[in-house]
Amino acid sequence: MTEILATPIVRAIGLTKQVDTGGTQLIILSDVSFEVASGEAVAILGVSGSGKSTLLGLLAGLDTPSAGGVSIDGADLFALDEDGRAALRARLVGFIFQSFQLLPAFTALENVMLPLELAGIADARTKAHAMLERVGLAARVGHYPKQLSGGEQQRVAIARAFACEPKLLFADEPTGNLDAATGAQVIDLMFELNRERHTTLVLVTHDEALSRRCGRQLRLAAGRLAG
Amino acid sequence: MLKWWQEIVLALKLLLRDYRAGELTLLIAAIVIAVGSLTTVGFFTDRVRLALTQQSNQLLGADLTIVSDRPIAGELESEARARGLAVTRALRFPSMVTHGADTLLSDVKALAPGYPLRGEVRLADRLFGDERVAQAVPAAGTAWVDDRMLTRLNLKPGDVIGVGALKLRVAALVTHEPDSVIGFINSMPRLLLNEADIAASGLVQTGSRVRYRLYIAGNSAAVDAYRQWAQTRIGPGQNIEGIRDARPEIRSALERAERFLGLAALMSVILSAVAIALAARRFLQRHIDGCAVMRCLGTRQSVIVRLYVLHFAVLGAVASALGCAVGYAAQSVLASMLGGLIEVALPWPGALPAWQGLTTGVLLLLGFALPPLISLGQVPMLRVLRRELGVPQGSGAIGYALGLAVICALILWKAHELRLGLYVLGGFLGVATLSALLVLAVLRLLSRLRTEGGMSWRYGVANLRRHALGNTLQVVALGLGIMALLTLTLIRGDLLHSWQATLRPDSPNRFLINIQPDQVQPLGAFFAVHGMAKPDLFPMVRGRLIAINDRPVSSADYSEDRAKRLIDREFNLSWAQQPQPDNRIIAGRWWDARDRDTEQLSVENGIAETLGIKLGDRLTYDVAGSQFTATVTSLRKVDWDSFRVNFFVIASPALLRDSPVSYITSLYVPQGQVTMLNALVGEFPNLVVIDVAQIMAQVQKMMEQVSNAVQFVFLFTLAAGLVVLYAAIASTRDEREYEAAIMRTLGASRRQIAATQFAEFALMGALAGLLAAAGASALGYALAIKVLNVPYLGNPWIWLIGVGSGAAGVALAGMLGTRRVLAVPPLQSLRRVG
Repeated sequence: MTEILATPIVRAIGLTKQVDTGGTQLIILSDVSFEVASGEAVAILGVSGSGKSTLLGLLAGLDTPSAGGVSIDGADLFALDEDGRAALRARLVGFIFQSFQLLPAFTALENVMLPLELAGIADARTKAHAMLERVGLAARVGHYPKQLSGGEQQRVAIARAFACEPKLLFADEPTGNLDAATGAQVIDLMFELNRERHTTLVLVTHDEALSRRCGRQLRLAAGRLAG
Repeated sequence: MLKWWQEIVLALKLLLRDYRAGELTLLIAAIVIAVGSLTTVGFFTDRVRLALTQQSNQLLGADLTIVSDRPIAGELESEARARGLAVTRALRFPSMVTHGADTLLSDVKALAPGYPLRGEVRLADRLFGDERVAQAVPAAGTAWVDDRMLTRLNLKPGDVIGVGALKLRVAALVTHEPDSVIGFINSMPRLLLNEADIAASGLVQTGSRVRYRLYIAGNSAAVDAYRQWAQTRIGPGQNIEGIRDARPEIRSALERAERFLGLAALMSVILSAVAIALAARRFLQRHIDGCAVMRCLGTRQSVIVRLYVLHFAVLGAVASALGCAVGYAAQSVLASMLGGLIEVALPWPGALPAWQGLTTGVLLLLGFALPPLISLGQVPMLRVLRRELGVPQGSGAIGYALGLAVICALILWKAHELRLGLYVLGGFLGVATLSALLVLAVLRLLSRLRTEGGMSWRYGVANLRRHALGNTLQVVALGLGIMALLTLTLIRGDLLHSWQATLRPDSPNRFLINIQPDQVQPLGAFFAVHGMAKPDLFPMVRGRLIAINDRPVSSADYSEDRAKRLIDREFNLSWAQQPQPDNRIIAGRWWDARDRDTEQLSVENGIAETLGIKLGDRLTYDVAGSQFTATVTSLRKVDWDSFRVNFFVIASPALLRDSPVSYITSLYVPQGQVTMLNALVGEFPNLVVIDVAQIMAQVQKMMEQVSNAVQFVFLFTLAAGLVVLYAAIASTRDEREYEAAIMRTLGASRRQIAATQFAEFALMGALAGLLAAAGASALGYALAIKVLNVPYLGNPWIWLIGVGSGAAGVALAGMLGTRRVLAVPPLQSLRRVG
C-alpha cells in the first residue's frame, strides 16, 4: 500500500453532476469526494452508466460540475476559466482515451508534438521523436493514424500523454477498443512509463484485473462512491 | 407495408422535420440562387421578346417597311398603292442644328404625310407637359424636337432653329414616336420635320448618310402578297422588315444580351451545384444512422430511396418556386438598368421562364443530391451496432452524371449555338481542371514546407491538405466568385484607362464630314481667317461591295453580324497617292506614284479578315450605279486609336477620281476655340461636326450600363460562392468541433485553436484570391488584346486585393461559421462527435 503523502495532487469535494433531460433531472454523479496523492495509481471502477467517465471529465476540467469542486496540485479547477483550465492541463495533465482520439490530419510525430507545442516547450520535434522511439514506433513517425493499427494508435496516444512529462495521467478505458493481447501490451507499456516517470495515474475501467494493478480502487455505483 | 399515399405523407413529414431541424437551409439557399439568377435573365429577356412580338407594328410604325441607303424606286411605292395598301415615306440623316450661337449634332427625320401608319406620335408643349396624339406630320416650315434637343439648345416652342439652309419654327416637343431607334450609340437628339422641306435644306447631297424608309400597312394577306412581290425587286442595301422580323438590330442585341447574361447567370448555377453536392453529403452523414435504424425496423431499401427522392423532389419544387419569385423581383432591376436602351414599354413576362427555372431547379437538386441519397438506401444495418462501418461511398463522378448532364445542357442552351456552347463548356472544364491542379500543387508544396513556421500555420496547412480534393473544389468555387467581382471592379476600370491612355492629348477631337467639292476652297479660307492650319481633306466616295473574284456577294454568305452589315450597307472608299503615316503595309505593295493610270486597291487587314478578302482578289464595287473592278495589291494595318481619318478600302487615284465625292477631315480644336465651330456651321450649314469626346462618353455610358447589368447578375455568383463557403464550413463543422475538443483536452487555449483555424481559412481564401487574380488578369489581357486592341498594362493591385480580400473574407466567414466550436465544453464535443 502506497503511503499517502501530505498534499494530494487531486482533491474532489462533493462533486455532483445533473443533466436536464426533457424536464426531469438526471443525476449522474452525486456528492463524490476523494483525494489522490502524488505518485499514487488509482482505479475508478464501475459498470457502464455508473458515471465514471463523467467523473474523469470533471477531474480533468473538460466539463463543469453542477455542484462541488476539484483542485489539481492545489489549484481550484473551477475558479479558473476555460483557458485557465486548458493551461493547467497543458502543464500538468496527460490523457489516454478509449478511442485513442488522435488527430487524423497529423502524422504520429505531429500528434505527439502537439501537446509539447501547446505548452510552449522547446525542441518539441526531438522530444516527440524520442518518445515515439520509447514506445517502439520509431519506424512509424511519418504515418497518419489511419495507416496505423489500433494498438499502434494507442501507443502513439501513450507517447502523446507522456511527452510533456505530466505529473498526472488520466486514462479512460485505455484497452476498450483493443483485443486482449494488444490491450495487455499497451497496459504494460503504460505502467512501465508510469513507474519510470513517477506519474500519478487515475484510471477508469470496468476491468477488475486491470484495476488490481493500481494501488487503490474506488468503486462507483449509480453516481456514488461505494464503500 | 406502406401504401403509396402513406409513403407520400411520410416523405412530407420527413421534409417538414428536416426543415425544422435546419437541415435544409443550405440546399434551399443554393437552389434559390441558381433558379433566381437564371430566371432574372429569363424574365427580362422574355419581356423584351414579348415587346417585340406584341408591339412589332408599333416598333415599325407600319406592318411592313423597306429600308434602304439610297432612294427607294417609285415602282415599289406605286405598286403598294395599286394594291390598295396605305403607304408613306421617311428619310433620316445626321445634321447640325443651330439655335443662336449654339450648334448640336442631331438625328433628323423627314416625314411624308400619313406617318405613322401604325402606333402614334405623341406631343407636348413643354417638358413634362400634358401629352396629346399628333394628328398629322409637322407642317412645312416647322419642326418637332425631343427633350434632349429642347434642353441642350435651350429651346421653347416658337423658337426658330437652323437645319442646313432651312429656318424652322419649333412647333412641339415630341415625347413618343414609333420606330424610334434603340439607344445604343445612335442616341443623338432628334428632330422631326416635313419631307417637303428637304429639297430646300440642301442637306441631301453626295456622300450624305441618308437612310430611306418606305412604310406599308393594310390587311395581312395583302401585305404578305406585296412582300413576296417586293422581295424580288429590292436590290443590295435594301431590306424588308415585317412584323415577325421587325427591328433586326433589337433582335440581335437581345440575342447577344440573352446569351451573355445567360452565361453569366450559369456561373452561379455551377457554383450552386457545388453547394448542393456539399450540402447533400452533409445531409447524408446526418441521416445515415436514422436510415440504418429504419432498415433494422424492417423498411426496405427501395422504400428508403423512394421516400428521399420524393422528399427532395418536393424540396426542389418549393425552393425553385422561391427562386422564381426572387428572379421575378430582380428582373425589374435589370430592366431599369438596361431598359433605357430600348424605348418601348416592356410588357409583363410570360410563364415560360418560370417553368424553365422550376425544371432546372428540380433537376439540379436531384442531379447533385441523388448520388448520396441512393447510398442512404444501402446503409448496412449493422451500423446500428458498429458505427465504424461508416458511410457507404457513392458511385463518385458517375453518380453525378445526371447533374453534370444538366449543367452541360444548360450551357449549350444558354449559348444558343453549339460552337459557342462547346467553347464555353471546354473553357470552363479547362479552367476548372487547371485551377484544381494548381491548387493541389500549391497544397502539396505547402505541406512539404510545413515543417517550417509556427504551430498554427503548420496545423492549418495540415488540415487543408487532409481534404485536398474537397478543399480544392472549394477554392476553385470561391475563386470563381471572387474573379467575377475583380473583373467587374478593377479590370473594367483598367481597360477603360488603357484605352483612354492610348489617346494622345492633341489627338483630333472633331470630325468634319459632308464637305462638298465646292466648299474645299472656302473652308481653307475659313480656317486661315480663324488662324488655324488648313486640315488635310480626304476624298470620300460611298460604294458597295457587290462581288469578290466576279462571284456576287450577299449578306447571307456571312455568319458574323459585322460582315453582314458591311455587305448590306454602303461604306466609305477613298483614293490616295501615298499611304497615310499611321498605316503600315503588312502584305503586298502600295502602288507606284509614277503610274497614274494603275487600278489597284489597298484593304485594311481587319476588314479583309472579316470579309475573307485575300491579296490578289478582284473586288467589284457599285458607286452610285456605276461599277468598277480592281485587284487588291496590298493589305494595311491601321492605328485606329489615332482618331485620324482612315479608310477600310483605298483605291489608286485613277479608279475613283471621277466618282461623286465629298470630303472628310479630322482636327484638334482646343477647348477655348469651340465657338469657332458654331461659326463654321453658320457658314457651312450642311457640314456635320462630330464630337469625339461626346461619342466616347456615349460608348462609355453604354459600356457602363451593360457592365452594371452583368455585375448585377454576378451578384448571384457571389452569393452562390458564399453558399459554397458556408456549405463547406458546415460540412466540416463536426470534425472541427471534435479536433478542437482534443486540442483543448491536451491544453490548447481558445486563442491557439482560433489561430490554427484562422491560418487554415485565411490560406484557403488567399489561394482562392490568387486564383481569382490570375483568372481576372488573363481575362483582362484577352479582352484588351483581342477585343479592344489596346496594350494591357496589368494591375499589381489586383493580386494584392485578390489575395487580401480572399484571405480576409474567408477567414472572417470561417471564424463566424465555426465560433460555436470554441463555445462547447470539450467533453460534450468528444461525446457528441467522437
